[in-house]
Formats: sequence, C-alpha cells, structure tokens
Amino acid sequence: MNSAISARRLPDEADLAQGSTPAALEDETFAGPAPDAAAAGAAIDPREAMRPVASPAASLLRFITCGSVDDGKSTLIGRLLFETNAVFDDQMEALRRDSKKFGTTGEELDFALLVDGLSAEREQGITIDVAYRYFSTPGRAFIIADTPGHEQYTRNMATGASQAELAVILVDARKGILPQTRRHSFITSLVGIKSVIVAINKMDLVDFSEQRFEEIREGYRAILPALGFTDVTFVPVSAKKGDNVATRSPNTPWYDGETLLERLESAQPETFDAAAEPFRLPVQWVNRPNLDFRGFAGSIAGGRVQKGDAVVALPSGGRSRVRGVHGPDGAVESAEAGEAVTVTLEDEIDVSRGDVLVAEAAAAGVSRRLSGDVLWMANRPLVQGARLILKLGTTQTPAALSHLDATIDIHSYEEKPADALSMNEIGKVTITAERPVVALPYAENCELGAFILIDPVTNETVALGVVRGVAGPQNAASTESSSEAGPGLATIGRLWLGEAARGDAAHRRAKIRARIAGSVLVGLLALLFQMPLALVPMIAVLDFLIRPFLAVAFGAHRVPEASSADPSIVDAGGGI
Amino acid sequence: MKHMTHLQRLEAESIFIIREAAAGAENPVMLYSIGKDSAVMLHLAMKAFRPGKPPFPLLHVDTTWKFREMIAFRDKIARDLGLDLIVHTNQEGLRAGINPFASGSRVHTDVMKTEALKQALDKYRFDMAFGGARRDEEKSRAKERVFSLRTPEHRWDAKNQRPEPWRLFNTRKRKGESFRVFPLSNWTEQDVWDYIAIENIPVVPLYFAAPRPIVRRDGALIMRDDERMELRPGESVETMMVRFRTLGCYPLTGAVESTAATLDDVIAEMRGSRVSERQGRVIDQDSGASMEEKKQEGYF
Repeated sequence: MNSAISARRLPDEADLAQGSTPAALEDETFAGPAPDAAAAGAAIDPREAMRPVASPAASLLRFITCGSVDDGKSTLIGRLLFETNAVFDDQMEALRRDSKKFGTTGEELDFALLVDGLSAEREQGITIDVAYRYFSTPGRAFIIADTPGHEQYTRNMATGASQAELAVILVDARKGILPQTRRHSFITSLVGIKSVIVAINKMDLVDFSEQRFEEIREGYRAILPALGFTDVTFVPVSAKKGDNVATRSPNTPWYDGETLLERLESAQPETFDAAAEPFRLPVQWVNRPNLDFRGFAGSIAGGRVQKGDAVVALPSGGRSRVRGVHGPDGAVESAEAGEAVTVTLEDEIDVSRGDVLVAEAAAAGVSRRLSGDVLWMANRPLVQGARLILKLGTTQTPAALSHLDATIDIHSYEEKPADALSMNEIGKVTITAERPVVALPYAENCELGAFILIDPVTNETVALGVVRGVAGPQNAASTESSSEAGPGLATIGRLWLGEAARGDAAHRRAKIRARIAGSVLVGLLALLFQMPLALVPMIAVLDFLIRPFLAVAFGAHRVPEASSADPSIVDAGGGI
Repeated sequence: MKHMTHLQRLEAESIFIIREAAAGAENPVMLYSIGKDSAVMLHLAMKAFRPGKPPFPLLHVDTTWKFREMIAFRDKIARDLGLDLIVHTNQEGLRAGINPFASGSRVHTDVMKTEALKQALDKYRFDMAFGGARRDEEKSRAKERVFSLRTPEHRWDAKNQRPEPWRLFNTRKRKGESFRVFPLSNWTEQDVWDYIAIENIPVVPLYFAAPRPIVRRDGALIMRDDERMELRPGESVETMMVRFRTLGCYPLTGAVESTAATLDDVIAEMRGSRVSERQGRVIDQDSGASMEEKKQEGYF
C-alpha cells in the first residue's frame, strides 16, 4: 500500500475519453496476476497482503446496548451519535420534524427517533429489530447494535450480542435491577462477552443521587458471580440530557470515573485470542480458476499459517503441507486469525467446503455428537428428537436434538429439567449430526464453537447455540484403549459391538449380556433338535462370535444416523 | 495477535460474506450500479476469488437516464476486468414513455429501477444478488440483514427476517425465493472513501469537482447531461464547479457545489460535511418511511 500514498490519482475525464486510466492505477488495482504465475508459487503482488492503513480510526469496537423496555437505549445511541457529530444537518432537520410528530419528549428532541427506523417501531415507540449504527472518534470506529428490550425479542438481542466485544447494559435509576437486566446480562455472558459497562440511566429523575447509584451498583455486583465478566464499570448517565455521556456532568460531582464515551474509547475488551491457538481454517470455497491452481479459501479461525506448515484436513484426515498462502492482495509469507486467505497444498487431498484445515499437531474435535447451550428462537416449542439442520463454521448437516438435558432460567440462572423449550428459552442440549463435524468448545474457539439450527422444512433460523463439549473422539479413544493390540483389532471390536461401540461402558456390557443370552438360546434350540451334545456349546459360541458380523455383511448395522431413538445417545448425553 | 485496523477488519468481513454467498448460491449475480459503493464491492469480490475471477456476472439496471460518464466507466471496468456484464432495461417502461420528467421520480424509480431489477432477476433466474447498500445510509437499511431473503415476488418482509448471529448466514431458501446480499453492510461512507484512497480504486470522475452544466430546479442542482432535459421558462444552464456524493439518474441526482477535485479533497470535504449523502437523492424524501416502503416492494 506504500504506493497508494505516493501515486494516488484517479482517472479524470481525459483518461476516460482516451479509454485509459493511469497505468499504475490500472495495473495495481485490477490487473491481478496471471493465473499460471500464481500457480507456480510466484508472488502475486509484491505488496504485503495486510498493509498498514492510514485510516483515521485505528481500531474498531463492536458493542451492544441492552436493557429493559424504556430504559432509554435508543435515546442513548441517538445521544452518542449526536455528540460525536455522526448526525448530519438534514437528519437533524428530519429529527426536529419527527420529534414533533412522534416524539415522546415534548418540546425537546427525541433522539430515539434517530434510530427507531421501522414504521411499526415509530408508532409503538419501541425497538423491535437490531439496528446497527456507526460513529467514530479520532482513535476508534464504533459499530453499535441497538437491541430490543422486550422479552419477545430476546433472540434479536442475542443476535446483536453474538457479534459484540462489549456490552452497555442500561439500568433505569428509578427501577434498579429488573428481571430483564438479569436476562440481558445472562445472554451477554452466554455469547462470551467479558467487558460490560453498566450505564445507570435517567439519573436526572433521581436527582443525581449518589446513594441510588451505589445501591444499584451493589445490586448488580450481587449477580456478577454467575456471569463470568472480567471487566465491569458503572457510569451514572442521563441519555436524554447528556450527563456523563460525552462530557462530564456537573450534576454528579461525586463521580470521578470516565464518561461513557471515554470508557468506550479506552476499553480493551478481553476477547478470545484466536492467534494464540493452533492453525484452523474452515474452508468456505474451493478456488479452481484453472487446472494448475487449487486453493482453499476461508477466514482463519485460529492461529497462523505459513508456507511449509504440515496440515491435516478434517474430518477426512488427509495430510499435506502448505504450498502457498494468498491474502487479499496476493501471495504472502504468513497469515493469522481473522484474515481472509486462500491456501494451496502440496498434495491433491480431498478437501471441500465445510472441511477444516488444521495444524498437524493440533487436535480438534471431530464428532457427530455435541453438547451445548441453545437459545430457541421459533414460536413453536423445541422437543427432544426434533430434526434440524446444524450450521457450524462453514459446514452444514442434518442433525437431531437427541437430548434436552435442562433449561436454564434466565432470571435465576438455575437449571431445571424440561421436556421442551419455548421461544426465547435457553436449554442445555445434546445434538447428534448425520455427518461428523469439526467443532471446539466455544470458550476455546468462537468460530468453531458457535452454531445455528435451521428448520429443514421452513428454512427459518430457529436457534443459536454455543458448543460446550464435543463427544465422539473420547468414546472412540476409550474403545481403542480397551483393545490396544492394534488398530485392526479395535476396528473388529467396534464392528462386533455395532451401535453399542459409540455408547458408554454400561451400554456395551448390556449389549454383550444380550448377545450371550441370545447364543444360549441358540444352544438350547440345538439341544431341542437333538444335536450331539459336544456340538451344542460350539454352535452357541460360534453364534455369539459370528452373528454380529453377519449383520455387518448384510448392512443391518446401518441404523439411520440421526435417529433420536438411539439409546446410546441418551446414555452418553450426561457424560459429555 | 496481529493488529488489524478498522478497514482491514471490514475488508476481511466483506470477503467472508462474498465467499459465503457464492458458495450458497446456484446462480449469483452482482448488482453493479457504477457508484463508489459498487466499485468497492467489486474490488472486494476480485480479492475474494483471486487468482481466479468472481464466479458471477455483473448486472446493471440501466434506466437510460444515467450520466453518460457512468456508462463509459461501466463498460471500461467490465472490459478491463474481463467480467461478463449484463445490461437490462425495462423495455415496456421505455415503450410506455416513462421518464423522470414526465412521470415523476416515484413512477420512474418504480418502473425503470424496481420493476426492471425484478425483470432481470426473473429472466436470468438469479437466486443471489449482491448489492452495495450500507446500513449507515438510511434508517430502514440500518435493520437490514446481510443476507436478506426475498419472496418469489421479490418482497422484503421487515418483520420476518432471519436472525444472523455471529456470521452464521442461513442461505437456505425455497424454490423461487432469492437473497439480496450486502457485503458492505457495516461500512460507512467515510470507510468507503478511505478504502478507495488506500486501495487506489477507480471511481467515476463525477465524484470530483469540475465545471459542469447545471440547471437550478426545485432547490436542487441538476446537471444537464443531454438534450432530453428541456429547460422550463426562466431556467438557464450555468457552468458551475460541482461534484456528486451519490450517483443515479441524472435528472434525480442533485450536485453539490464543491472545489474538491481530488480524492484527498473529497475526503477532507466529507469529514467536514454536515449533510448526509442521500440528501441529494430526490426519491428518499417523499415520506419518513419512504425507503422502507420501496424495499418492501423490491427496491434494493
């Protein structure tokens, strides 16, 4: 990008008239590489893929605002936009007009009208959908997700929260901690946000009382232990009047902390450090522009990659080495978590969309069975056995809700047994996918630990969820360890056990007891047919050993994979 | 962790969206409106599939009232990049004599843009159309999804949109349904210009101030791009130093007086601006929810 600063010139009319743009511009911006040059591993573009950008905003912070109905979220955002000059004159003019027509603030400007964009919202004076807003200060650009307060729109709040690094939780100074405050705090923590600003709003309506501020602060601190936040600050504000939003308020001399905007600018939210992880690349797209180039495109979900690295393609297990790494501007030496890349490999191994390339040394869970927490978002209940489509990373597979372990009360944070989840409820579940998926616990990797569930009939997105545990490899490992003579024996053992091989030890013992009983019956049958006495035990033993393999040979072991009636899944649910 | 700047994060996010859409589509297309947002979107699409080309054509809905410079620029870009360009015009509308002067902005936009777009999507059976809209442009767009599902009649149902947690986009659809995909959802006008500067992305010269033939009409500065614009009594053509913040049909696009002739000037001017970019758009100002209504009917 160095060249950009020196040679910044745009095509002018003369250029266009001649049908040419400045040569440098044309070459650098659009010409790109000849495909075969790229395939030969030649540098596509001499520039670094991710170059320093002379942007006015050096960093980006995504945050949500949430709180109960009428806590003043939209007003606060409108105020932030106004104070940071993100509202243009014509928008201000429209705001003045709208404030008279719809406003709830009398003669004053109703900043909420800057953000409540849908007709229904303006009429009802509430926020229904997540609204995204943008503003920047000299050092930082901000993306706000303004999320609804109503319980019926909890799903929209969770959606906004999943993309945020920090949450501003509004509390009405008059009302204190409400059930909604607890619910929003819980969802904030569910999606892994660690940094929270509790904005105690409408301080003007409690005479800027320090005592009231302290009471609410203590009240909120009481619920913190359940939430896992690591960075919580409290700011007394009045969104309507502007106190402590962008400028320090003379009305709160007892408060010496940062204003809300200062806090947003200074916050370094603790996010998951994906770069410290082993390399993981969920493949989005196989890029095959010609016979000589076969690249795997995606955004790096963890770690870094460079030429020569040994990688494994999951779930297939194919191994190879990285031949080249291509960033948005061409070949690069290496790339890290967050970057959009295309990776080529030395060997022709089978990799397609949905697969994950991982560092050879790194283990990642490959399993058909996941346990996790889901937020149900459809207006019909989720019941055990429901058939769904699981989308996790870039993979998508039919799946079944094999077990609903409990619901979590989002107000008391307690777990309760449940038969069904209704809309906006959170449950602890076990999901069995038809095909193995590459997943990690959400706390280890956000990209491979978050998922949505889709209704296969209506195609609606009906749940969002986070992975808490990945089953499968553990079970497979325990099966193998019980027959360490060799992988061949382990395989034979698994075939013999059939479905039970995926269950736990108790399930396997039950299966063996049932088979013994069956074979004893066969022996008795042989007696009945007056077989020689010496043959009877032999027949029984042969039956015991061979019959399971006959089932394999005739394909009877192929039970529908996602069957929710599979007892092994229920057995294993609690142990994951 | 390598520090990624604001624009680097936006760039990576947009490339992710473009790849995700291409993977989820049977027959994708990129709506190319020739404006600065389209220029950035196309630039990102080129990056997403390098060293290959984007696996979709460009579609321009031509109302026949675009600035001539836009058309020249469009053809050159498609040629230079070696991309397929489909140009579609609503021939029925043309035959019916719809034009922005006689029919008014509302009818002209409905017939020559919204209807024309639907015709083109139906004709070529596109099931995923990329658009360069940004959420910061307008209030109802602030609530638009990145993957916006449209009915077989191309309608947008604001109350029935799919949640998009993290970046897990649900691209499943029924027969006849389609998606509009907005890779620049989280970009602001300022981001777009900063990125154009940093990446040296060519844009139509109309964005830069130059002496142009201007007619003052209904409080807007309209550039008389050809003879079809008849002068009303009392009107005259003045040569004024102007530029455009957004580009559309020339009779419906107001110019702003400016001396910003270079990219740096434009960026400096925009930082100091107190007026939003859509202010020059005649079609947005009918009513408060104007854009929302148009979107429900199938406008981008």
